[in-house]
Order: sequence, then structure tokens, then C-alpha cells
Amino acid sequence: MSKNSKAKKNSSTTWQYSNALESVDHISISPIYNLYIGGKFVKPLTKKYFNSINPANEKKLAEIALAGKSDVNKAVLAARSAYDNVWCRMDSAERGKYIYRIARLIQEKSRELAIIESLDGGKPIRESRDIDIPLAAAHFFYYAGWADKLDYVFPGRKTSSIGVAGQIIPWNFPLLMAAWKIAPALASGNTVVLKPAESTPLTALKLAEIIQESDLPPGVVNIITGDGTTGELLVNNTKVDKIAFTGSTEVGKIIIKSLAGSKKKYSLELGGKAANIICEDASIDQAVEGIINSIFFNQGHVCCAGSRLYVQESISNQIISKLKNRMDHLILGDPLDKNTDIGAINSNAQLKKIKMYLDLGKNEGGIIYQSKHSIPKKGYWCAPTLFTDISQSHRIVQEEIFGPVLAIQTFRTIDEVIAKANNTPYGLSGGVWTDKGSKIFQISKEIRAGVIWANTFNIFDPTSPFGGYKESGIGREGGLEGISPYVNFINRT
Amino acid sequence: MNTSMHINKTYKLYIDGKFSRTESGRYMKWVNPNNDQTINFCRSSRKDYRNAVQSSRNAFNKWNNFSGYNRGQILYRIAEMLDSRKEQFISELMVQGKSKKQSKQEVSMSIDRLVYYAGWSDKFQQIFSRVNPVSTPHYNFSTPEPSGVVSIIAPKDSYLLGFISVIVPAIIGGNTVVVLASENNPLCAISFSEVLHSSDVPNGVINILSGFTNELIDHFSSHMDVNTVINCGLDLKDTELIQKNSAVNIKRVINYGAIDWMNHDSQDPYFIMDCQEIKTTWHPIGY
Repeated sequence: MSKNSKAKKNSSTTWQYSNALESVDHISISPIYNLYIGGKFVKPLTKKYFNSINPANEKKLAEIALAGKSDVNKAVLAARSAYDNVWCRMDSAERGKYIYRIARLIQEKSRELAIIESLDGGKPIRESRDIDIPLAAAHFFYYAGWADKLDYVFPGRKTSSIGVAGQIIPWNFPLLMAAWKIAPALASGNTVVLKPAESTPLTALKLAEIIQESDLPPGVVNIITGDGTTGELLVNNTKVDKIAFTGSTEVGKIIIKSLAGSKKKYSLELGGKAANIICEDASIDQAVEGIINSIFFNQGHVCCAGSRLYVQESISNQIISKLKNRMDHLILGDPLDKNTDIGAINSNAQLKKIKMYLDLGKNEGGIIYQSKHSIPKKGYWCAPTLFTDISQSHRIVQEEIFGPVLAIQTFRTIDEVIAKANNTPYGLSGGVWTDKGSKIFQISKEIRAGVIWANTFNIFDPTSPFGGYKESGIGREGGLEGISPYVNFINRT
Repeated sequence: MNTSMHINKTYKLYIDGKFSRTESGRYMKWVNPNNDQTINFCRSSRKDYRNAVQSSRNAFNKWNNFSGYNRGQILYRIAEMLDSRKEQFISELMVQGKSKKQSKQEVSMSIDRLVYYAGWSDKFQQIFSRVNPVSTPHYNFSTPEPSGVVSIIAPKDSYLLGFISVIVPAIIGGNTVVVLASENNPLCAISFSEVLHSSDVPNGVINILSGFTNELIDHFSSHMDVNTVINCGLDLKDTELIQKNSAVNIKRVINYGAIDWMNHDSQDPYFIMDCQEIKTTWHPIGY
């Protein structure tokens, strides 16, 4: 059998996928992008720009304005004035209509946005087209409807908006994270200063164009680009009332410390090291497909990725061999090819970090397996990787890698795997695979994490709250819970 | 013939269901303003606090797995026990400077507050849970779950009612707590441990310490195995310290400012939700 399949694989009659490149002739990317403040694109007072590059070929896509202290102040003042004079006084149903408009415009321009997302961030077009962009539109559509129904969100309580929200988002789902942040903030009556990630600002700037086109009153949403220092300036700006941050736990802790003593509210969506548990009574082939999706979706640049796999001992050989086989059949390459499963690593810095962990895993005694792919010469790439022969104390089991690297361990009893799954400072997500319903409910109750996927993984929806326990963050995004970070209770200190 | 001497009571800490002295051997003096009689309360140390957190952590899984119905009955039992010791608490409050009328009212409201939260034990989940109408073929629901171990700096000026009003919403939601009694007047909180002890509250669910706030808040907010800190009315400097320390393991920090605990509005299920996390579970739908 194995001889046979080997022969088949090497034979010249193996079917290959033809190239299926998405065309880029209809998209528009300006050579230079300025800051979107008070409804206009304005040059940065720093007079500085940085490059946004395509991580799949290292070519420059555009020059992006770098916002400094005065630019941040200007954006916050624009948001403040829009809040005081327009947005918090507007009839809530009218507010909702603007948000609906934004949702519709994203849908209209979805193809262009998907292509730019893949160009700027390296993710496969299949994912940006089918997941990132439709979900971004859906988030705006969902929260638009809440704008005039806020009295029903908190039974027995009245709420008010907070004011100016400073929002900082990561590079792994650039437009989607912008939607997660902006939509609930606007629906609850706040105005926004958003800072996209340094390596992926383009779709947020396209969103600024959409917002301008929607005639949203000037200053209600301001989008300022820059690096970490720009974000820091936003966090520490005294006229900001609330900070929402998605990114690493390390930066989240810095933000908490800098906000100590201030009256600013904060919500944080931070790192993760999710346990994905495969019980012996799981549907094997579905589980294998689920594991692939849990760790290789978006090159593993996912805070809720199932990066720790726990397989019950009796089925571990079978699962691991099927997993390796499936990994070998993933298509790695041009993110704009519709057949691509694994795109480019988002940046050189991230690739270096992943490689550091690959070396660490090997040096600590783990057995590495990487699928065999021809890696493009230009750009940043990492083949899907798994480690076996590792234990709880290995750093690749403890720390978030944020790349396509799976750490596999086995277990015998459910109690054992629960203890292992919860032995982490994180608590963002978890997975369980079994055909036994009672086991699903027990295990999903015992995993200390905010999102549990049972017999599925990495699925998102605007109606579904997302966010972590413990060091994975504070607060929820999505669903009705996603409104609470953006309102204050009236009559309660 | 009246030669029998008054028996002075030794006031201790309540850790892991036991009345223990502080391991530090230190005391803090409290003088009864009416008769100048002195009480030596335990001046808890960092080690006492750490022991209490360990006890709370050990108790957490068991307590969290009690049904809401069961937790509600235990809370109701606490109310019964407090009711049966009404006179003791009224006189203690009076010793601490309240009028007879105020004291009576505070004790009766304390009992009512226990009964109020006992009733929420199997209901707040229904108010704050939902089935989310996702657009993919999945069944998706969100439910509240307790945050874990909660550290509480109890109100300084509401020794009984305020104390009860902050610990009870945390435990009814399945959390376990370590609470620092009012530094000025720890008497009622320490006596309340005797009520708890006769109420079938599992060991470690509520641990009660007496001591100096400025000595302990640093530890209360920096312990790595604590999930949430509740700060009742500390000043800005202390609040800032708690907020800074919370970063070490991203504790939730709940600040209760100037809340009038005697007000009927200072009880609602949102106090329970302050120590809850929302968990969302997905499962595919299909054959």
C-alpha cells in the first residue's frame, strides 16, 4: 500500500493545479497615503513617510504617513469635536444609517479590498475574499442595527456613550480588526481615532476613503498611520476616554501600566496558546482537517490559533501521519493565486521570530517535521511545521509563536488533558473533537477560555462574542457583549 | 457571689475554613470607644494572604461545579445564620459607633441582601446567556463563567453591609474570595466568619483577613494566581498602585467608588457580572 502510494506520488501523471491568479488591473493603490483626520486626507506634520511592502515579493506598495505627537493631538481633537458637536447628539437611528452605508460600500468594493489585503499582508486571496472582507462588512451591518436599540442591551440599566475611543489594531486581519473596533464604537455613540498596524495600513486607508464616500460627519472616524510610538502617543493622550487594543500580551501589559491612575477605560484582545484536544472517539478525517485549519489558517498569524495539539494516545500515530500527509498537499505560494492555502509570512521581523522558535524547538529536543514545498526566492515564507516529542515545559508549548508551527503532545485521560490545556497564562480559545455530546459539554466547560470550538475551529461571526480569560485580554468583541466596552452605566460609579 | 469574670474573645483570621492566628504573630490594637476595652486583631502578613489565595484556588473548582440551586441554598443558609445572631451584630455595630436604629437597619438590610443574591444564583445566567444567531451552520451560545479567585479590599466605612455586599455577588457567581476587612473596624467581618462557618460554605470559598491596607494592597493586586481585584473606595494613589500591579497577569480591576451600600439600588446582577467572563461555544449543525 505504502509502496503503491509512493509510486503514485512520484509519477509524472500527478495532477497539478494550474495557476489561478487574481487580476489586479482594477484596483487602485495611491503611491502616497496621508492621514485621515477630520474628514480629510492631510499631510503629516512630521513630514515623514514609511513604506508598506508586499511580503510575498518585497516590493514597495505605497508610502504611508507617519503620525507624530501633533498629528495624534489633531486627530483626537477632531474626534472630540465631532463627538461633542455632532455624533453624540445625533438621533441614534440616523447614526445607524451611516454605519449601514459603510457596510454596503465595503460589500461593493469587496473584490478590491480583498486583493489589497492579500497584497499588503501576504494572506491567501481565498481567505481575504471569503473571510476577512465579508466578515468586516457583516460586522458593520450587525452593529448598525444596534445603534437605536441600546436600551435593550442591559436590562434594568441605562447607558451612555464614553467619548473618544483610541483604537490600535494588529496586522493579521487588518480590515476585519478595523471593523471589529469601529463598528461597535460608532453604534454606541462614540467617535474614533484608529491606528492600523505599521506593516498593513492599506485596507484601513481604503476604509478611510469609503468612510469619506459615506459622508460620515468629519471627525467621527479618524485613521492615523504610524509605528508603535504613534500607538503609544494615542494611549497616553489625555483627551482620549477609552483605549481598545488588539495585539500582544506584552504590549497589553504596558498599556495597562500606562493607563493606571487615569480614568480611561480599556479593553484588550491579546495573545493565546490554544489547546486543541482530539479525543479517540473523534471523527478522524474531520479532526485532521480541523487541525489544519486551526493552525495553518492565515499562516498561523491568529491569536486564537490551536497551536497546542493534544491527541489521545490510542489514535496519535494515525492522526500525526494523516496530518503530515495533509500538510504535504497544502499549496504554498503566491497569495493572489486562488488555489493558495499558505501565503507569505507578514513581515521579515515576524519570520525571524518564527525561525527563532523553530531553532528553539529543535534545540530543546523536539522533533520537527516541515512539509516539502518549493519556497519562492523573494518574500518571507515558512513551510507548515509540526513538533513532536515535546512536553509542557518546552518554550514552543508555552509561548505564542504566531506562525504556522504546531506543538503536538499526547494524553491518556480527560482529566490529564484538561490540566495540560489550562496550564498556560493564556485563555483565549480552545478546541475539542469527539463524537460524544456529553464529553463536548464537559470539556468545553472545563477549558478556561473565552471561545470554545467543538468539532470545528477558527470560525467567526459578528453576533458571536470573542475575547479571552486570564492573560488573553479583557472584554469581548462581537455580539451583544461587544457593546459593553463602549458604554458607561448611568447611576453607577 | 457574682465572681464570674467576663470571657474575652480571641479574634482570629478565617483561612481555609479554619480560625487561625496570623503566622506573623503580629497584632493590631482596637479600642472600644465606649469602655476603653481593647481587642487585639490579627495583623495579617503577605504569607497569610498567600495561604488564603491557595485555599481559594483549591476551593474554586469544587465551588464552581456546585449547581446554582445549591449555591443559592448555602447563601440562604448564611442569611438564616445571620438572622439568628442578629443581636450580636447589632451590638457590635453599636460598639463601633452606630446608633441602635442605624445598627438594626444595617443588620436587617444585610440579611435582605443575602436573600436577594441567594435568589440570583440560578437566574443571572439566564439573563446574561444567549444563543447567537450566527450566519454559518453552527449552534453557538454564550454563557457567563466565574473569573476565578477574587481579592477584595472591603469598604472601610460599611463594616457589615458593605462587606457582605461585595463578597456575596462574587461567590454566588462561583468565584472564591480573599477579603480584607475594614481596617478601622474589622469586628463585624471577623464575627461574620462564625456565621459562615455554620452555613455549609465549603472551606476556602471565603477567606477573611484583618490587617493594614497599606501593608497588603501590594500583595492583593500582584499575586499571580488571582484573577480579579475589587477595590472599594481606596484613594487615587492606592487605586493607581492596584491598576499598575494588575498588569502582571492582567487581573480585572473593579473599582467601587463612593457607593452608599444602605441604598436599595446598590444591589443588582451587574455586581455579579463584574466577576464573570463570557464563554462562547460553537458546534457545527448537520448530519
